[in-house]
Amino acid sequence: MKKLFPILTMALVIFAGSLSIETHAEELNTNDVLTAEEKITADGEKNNADAWLEGKTMAEKYSGLGDDDKLAKNGYKIDPYVNSGDTAWMIVATALVLLMTIPGLSLFYGGLARKKNVLSVLVQCFAVTALMSLLWVIYGYSFAASGDGKLFGDFSQLFLKGITTDSMSGSIPESVFVTFQMTFAIITPALIVGAFAERMKFSAVMIFLVIWFTFSYCPIWHMVWGGGYLATTWEAIDFAGGTVVHINAGVAALVACIMLGKRKGYPDSPMPPHNVPFVLIGAALLWVGWFGFNAGSALTAGGQAGMAQLVTQVATAAAAFTWMMVEWCTKGKPTAIGLATGAVAGLVAITPASGSVGPMAAIAIGVAAAVVCYWAATSLKKKLGYDDSFDVFGVHGVGGIVGALLTGVFAFSDEGKEIIKNQFTGQLMSVLVTVIWSAVVTFIAIKIAGALCGGIRSDEDTELQGLDVKDHGEDGYSL
Amino acid sequence: MKKLEAIIKPFKLEEVKDALAEVGIEGMTVTEVKGFGRQKGHTEIYRGSEYTVDFLPKIKLEVAVTDGNLEAAIKAVADSAKTGKIGDGKIFVSTIDEAIRIRTNEKGDEAV
Repeated sequence: MKKLFPILTMALVIFAGSLSIETHAEELNTNDVLTAEEKITADGEKNNADAWLEGKTMAEKYSGLGDDDKLAKNGYKIDPYVNSGDTAWMIVATALVLLMTIPGLSLFYGGLARKKNVLSVLVQCFAVTALMSLLWVIYGYSFAASGDGKLFGDFSQLFLKGITTDSMSGSIPESVFVTFQMTFAIITPALIVGAFAERMKFSAVMIFLVIWFTFSYCPIWHMVWGGGYLATTWEAIDFAGGTVVHINAGVAALVACIMLGKRKGYPDSPMPPHNVPFVLIGAALLWVGWFGFNAGSALTAGGQAGMAQLVTQVATAAAAFTWMMVEWCTKGKPTAIGLATGAVAGLVAITPASGSVGPMAAIAIGVAAAVVCYWAATSLKKKLGYDDSFDVFGVHGVGGIVGALLTGVFAFSDEGKEIIKNQFTGQLMSVLVTVIWSAVVTFIAIKIAGALCGGIRSDEDTELQGLDVKDHGEDGYSL
Repeated sequence: MKKLEAIIKPFKLEEVKDALAEVGIEGMTVTEVKGFGRQKGHTEIYRGSEYTVDFLPKIKLEVAVTDGNLEAAIKAVADSAKTGKIGDGKIFVSTIDEAIRIRTNEKGDEAV
């Protein structure tokens, strides 16, 4: 039923279009015949244009040759050159993704927290931003992106050795690629803080995230995007980080919050968000910033980026709307938090698929994400009893899994059952590997952080009075 | 001297203030409070979970009056704060031992 209206509209448009084309072809009358002079000029100019386009295509081909390509081995590779359109877009995309963390995610989580803990959430997000920026350039980029390992990279680019102003990564300067990926390395650990919010020691948070970043984020990055195990053996598709970012962080969140234990008073005392407008503002910043996340993962400014932006918008809108309708029908009222959460679920699910699906598949992905994540954040969470403060697993973990699997279904939807089945299997494997890897690393990292900090959980006094005043000595609102 | 403490519905504040002004009472102190009596709370929804909120926002109004003005003040507040529905609030009257105006050191009825 939902598809009937667009299908009818399209049929009408195609019919009207075909009518106008037919009449046009018949109308090449005496006014439109070229003179001999016009023809000579046009021939010359069009040939120049075609040659230029051909040259451009060849330049892209020969500068983009892989090192193990036969032509490259015979000396035919040309130096990569800066594409200023791609570069300009990627510099902007980097800023957009940073905005997603500060203040997008910060406000989204900050608003969900109780008033006495708002600063602790903001500080954790900002501190993670600062810390991960440094770790990424010191060793993270190298450990994730360099080398031929199956599971993780090497240290050939430690301290960004060898990267200069002129270094290239495809058609953009490598410095831009480093910073763009840095913003991903920032937001992924920042996502996790939402699960253990309001009851974890700040020192333990920092130590846990350093260990997790090093041993889960960077290796999974390498396995999916650095030519490692998941990319080569399983050809898993993860365009912008459904696996590397969302499943990785979501599973870590689940394990961490279970190991940490529930907040005092959960689930019997109500702990409503202290600032719902913050949550909506944060969600809006995430939505807009996500264009940088998904369309930026095209690493170029062109058709793929454009389509990624389109499907991102469509999937998110579908998810937000669906969550709102589900809530309205089951609970009687559409809530602001529900609308915001639905949007985020859609954003997460479209992330791995944004490079390979079209807008209609995006609608399906958005609807599926909203329904499944709604169930995960409400029924599943209640049934299993874990206290995932801000539903990081329910939205990012589950949404990432839904997105990764549906990518397998829709990425090659025109190419026959066998190819779809193969891709789906590849996606499933990438999900399983990431879930297990992240869970194990999280378990060990929490144990180490606990040992180094004398326990990861805030003491009772701190939890009751609020982390802001006890851990940070500050009041969020001195009104 | 008597002190009136009235718990009223927040949207009634302007009306009560105007009614008190009409009987000659120009000064008062107002606090935002939460409370409940027989008026039940309401349910709110967060991520699919429902929970009851018992405490409702109210306004507490405190005003000191002379013994002569007491009846008029009580009537002014009660009439203007009433809606007829549950949750209209309550008025408490207590005796003040002393009242002093800080600027002039006046005491007693002059200070009220």
